[in-house]
Amino acid sequence: MMAILYTLIAIVVAVGFWKVVKLFGLDSVIANKKDNQYQGVMFAVVGVLFFDFVLYCFIDFSEVMLPPAASVEGEKYDTLYNITMIMILIVFFVTQIILFYFAYSYRGIKDRKASFFHDSRTLEIIWTMVPAVVLSVLVIYGLFVWNDLMDTSKAKEPLVIEVYGKQFSWEARYPGKDNELGLANVINIKGMNTMGIDMKDKYALDDIPVRELHLPKNRKIIFKFRSQDVLHSAYMPHFRAQMNCVPGMVTQFGFTPKYTTKEMRKQPETVNKIKKINKIRAEKGEDPYEFDFLLLCNKICGSSHYNMQMKIVVEEEEKFNAWLGEQKTISQLIQ
Amino acid sequence: MSQSHKENYITKYIFSTDHKMIAKQYLITAILMGIIGVFMSILFRLQLAWPEKSFAVIEAFLGRHQDGGIMTPDIYLALVTIHGTIMVFFVLTAGLSGTFSNLLIPLQIGARDMASGFLNMVSFWLFFLSCVVMISSLFIEAGPASSGWTIYPPLSALPQAIPGSGLGMTLWLISMAIFVASSLLGSLNYIVTVLNLRAKGMKMSRLPLTIWAFFVTAIIGTVSFPVLLSAALLLIFDRSFGTSFFLSDIFIQGEVLHHQGGSPVLFEHLFWFLGHPEVYIVLLPALGITSEVIATNARRPVFGYRAMVLSIVTIAFLSTIVWGHHMFISGMNPFLGSVFTFTTLLIAIPSAVKVFNYLATLWKGNLQMNPAMLFSIGLVSTFISGGLTGLVLGDSALDINVHDTYFVVAHFHLVMGVSAVYGLFAGVYHWFPKMFGKMMNKTLGYWHFWITFIAAYGVFFPMHFMGLGGLPRRYYTNTAFPLFDDLADINVMTSIFAIVGAAAQLLFLANFFISIYKGKKATQNPWRATTLEWTTPAAPIHGNWPGELPEVHRWPYDYSKPGAEEDFIPQNIPLKEGEKES
Repeated sequence: MMAILYTLIAIVVAVGFWKVVKLFGLDSVIANKKDNQYQGVMFAVVGVLFFDFVLYCFIDFSEVMLPPAASVEGEKYDTLYNITMIMILIVFFVTQIILFYFAYSYRGIKDRKASFFHDSRTLEIIWTMVPAVVLSVLVIYGLFVWNDLMDTSKAKEPLVIEVYGKQFSWEARYPGKDNELGLANVINIKGMNTMGIDMKDKYALDDIPVRELHLPKNRKIIFKFRSQDVLHSAYMPHFRAQMNCVPGMVTQFGFTPKYTTKEMRKQPETVNKIKKINKIRAEKGEDPYEFDFLLLCNKICGSSHYNMQMKIVVEEEEKFNAWLGEQKTISQLIQ
Repeated sequence: MSQSHKENYITKYIFSTDHKMIAKQYLITAILMGIIGVFMSILFRLQLAWPEKSFAVIEAFLGRHQDGGIMTPDIYLALVTIHGTIMVFFVLTAGLSGTFSNLLIPLQIGARDMASGFLNMVSFWLFFLSCVVMISSLFIEAGPASSGWTIYPPLSALPQAIPGSGLGMTLWLISMAIFVASSLLGSLNYIVTVLNLRAKGMKMSRLPLTIWAFFVTAIIGTVSFPVLLSAALLLIFDRSFGTSFFLSDIFIQGEVLHHQGGSPVLFEHLFWFLGHPEVYIVLLPALGITSEVIATNARRPVFGYRAMVLSIVTIAFLSTIVWGHHMFISGMNPFLGSVFTFTTLLIAIPSAVKVFNYLATLWKGNLQMNPAMLFSIGLVSTFISGGLTGLVLGDSALDINVHDTYFVVAHFHLVMGVSAVYGLFAGVYHWFPKMFGKMMNKTLGYWHFWITFIAAYGVFFPMHFMGLGGLPRRYYTNTAFPLFDDLADINVMTSIFAIVGAAAQLLFLANFFISIYKGKKATQNPWRATTLEWTTPAAPIHGNWPGELPEVHRWPYDYSKPGAEEDFIPQNIPLKEGEKES
């Protein structure tokens, strides 16, 4: 790979110098009909290459993209995304093809005369109104989805979980038997109480701090996010979920996991992606990788920002309850 | 003001008040800053493509910030921070507005110089000073600012959080404060000049679109840059004087800080109140240049002149009420998110109108493929590609999953990075004769364009897919996540294109600097254009016109007008009997 790189650099530099030496001063400086011809044809050629490249990206990179959403709300996201993307691609291809075609077709050759026609109220109205209508549809549909995603007030018996970001790890807290998270503040951080849980608050005593996030399938989860030091962003790409963690305030986001980790591993898109990853890992002599849901930090937060992660396990409700039952509450931990 | 004004070396080349000299000073300073900014991107592209490899170039340049030719995570973050800062402010803001507003406003409106030559000179030297301060921050022990070009506190406020937030950040803030002062002086000067010094007959409705773009850009600059200054000042207070504007409830390095009641979200609001208009401060001049270059080289009037002016003004107005789309998931009230989604997608309408008008200008043209024209066509292409993905990011719901991923990196590099750089190149190739009285080499220009065009798409198009794969930006390496192992190939491809693209800029540098000395002498109106700058003598003089100032009789786009002998009629030619103004 490096050899190719150095060769490419050498070629570019050599071509550059050769051209400088050879052409300076000898060249005419204003495009003539021959230049117009060549450069116009170049637009046609590069245009074709460009569209090939775009198609290549869409086909070849389809495997690196995220598998379909693993949450109920995420499916609405995916639908909106697909509709928007189809529209974008239509406009993209139409306008770019026109652009490259015009650049080729109207290149200044022979005795071409330019047209003086330069104003058309009808055309201006058409190309103002068409985007306006299309965008209105997108905006209205988008806002419905947005309200759906952000409004957690209608959720039935949601599970509230706190996610706590700090340089450079995540912690989480479950509300315990009383189903109510206790108060917390950085001034209470001491020893095992790494999240600053306020032990004077009666709701806090049975809270369960953990280092691995477990979620029950098919139950609405409302996440409350806090940060200990700088901005972080809790990013759970498989669930189409993200929210910043802001010191001094609590932010929130909710979703309903749709597949357990085991089910997700069997999704055809996941299987394909992981197969490809493991092929690459095998070539490098690394252990095979098994799919897991992840929580990543997605707001620049310092040196190890690139490695601030927490595993998420989604499981059936009974298994989840069993797991939660095994965890120690904060009162037990502190003693 | 008169041409007989005595000049020595210092007043002519250093403390010059001549707008053309100041434009050149801006351009050359911006080019030097651009070289540094691009070089930084090469260093971190090496790291991203080959994270475990040792590179001699990294060993040579990063000193104590590398270990055996592999950079540290902190300097990686510093490099992306300073790359962003340099490219956005020093290259694209100062390089575009500073160069072309200065050069073209007096020349195209028919004035001898800016309203205040002295303020103009002060503006440049403040800009130069801010460059010096920014560059000096690269050499301090803890390294330069490294909290991203958006410098969100608390990361940017606390040296405990990242070493670059010590002296490095202080210098960053001082540099930006000086930069804002420079930009304000410049902008006020541009506004006053356009309003007061137009030649006889140069009605606002006869202004070339370049001038409209520069004028409106200066207005959004004066409206929004002071807000950045206030944010920087408040941040300095928080950092140095113990206030709590942006800080609250922080526990770091085993210690609870005293700050109470501040909010980082407030900083985000203040920052993006400049930050978003900034995108248009960068883009509008590039679009203005493109309008001019496309019309001249298509030998055709700009299609829909009034619609173009209207869309510039609309974009400018809307640009000040869309900043919240950078903050959909900042913890801001979701209702505000809805409002900002609405205003953001509104701004797509005038942008689309501009694109359609460009296409209509090319239609039935007689395209003269000069290098400036190639870059302008390239700009339209990248503006479309980058602009369309804005529909994903501007939609609050869709933003959730692509926010801060490589999808964003791809989007803004295409729409404001590459597009604006193409605008800059188009401007340089087109107005080089007005700056130096020489012509740039055409063939080198062609090579420069095509390699740049292919490389830029090669770098930024695949990045969309990395973002859709869930890869966050500003990661020192993706190797901490096996999930991203399949992106390694794309990273390598991207880096190779980046290096090729950067190398192609050597062609431009060679062409630029050699042409100043060895270029062919320019004729008075080499592109056969209609605007007033081409009625000045071929070799630029102080005061611009040797005799009387020209009088304007027609709009700037009388190209290929039926009934005329030539395919262009300069603005200072009176209407013939019976000829109607277009």
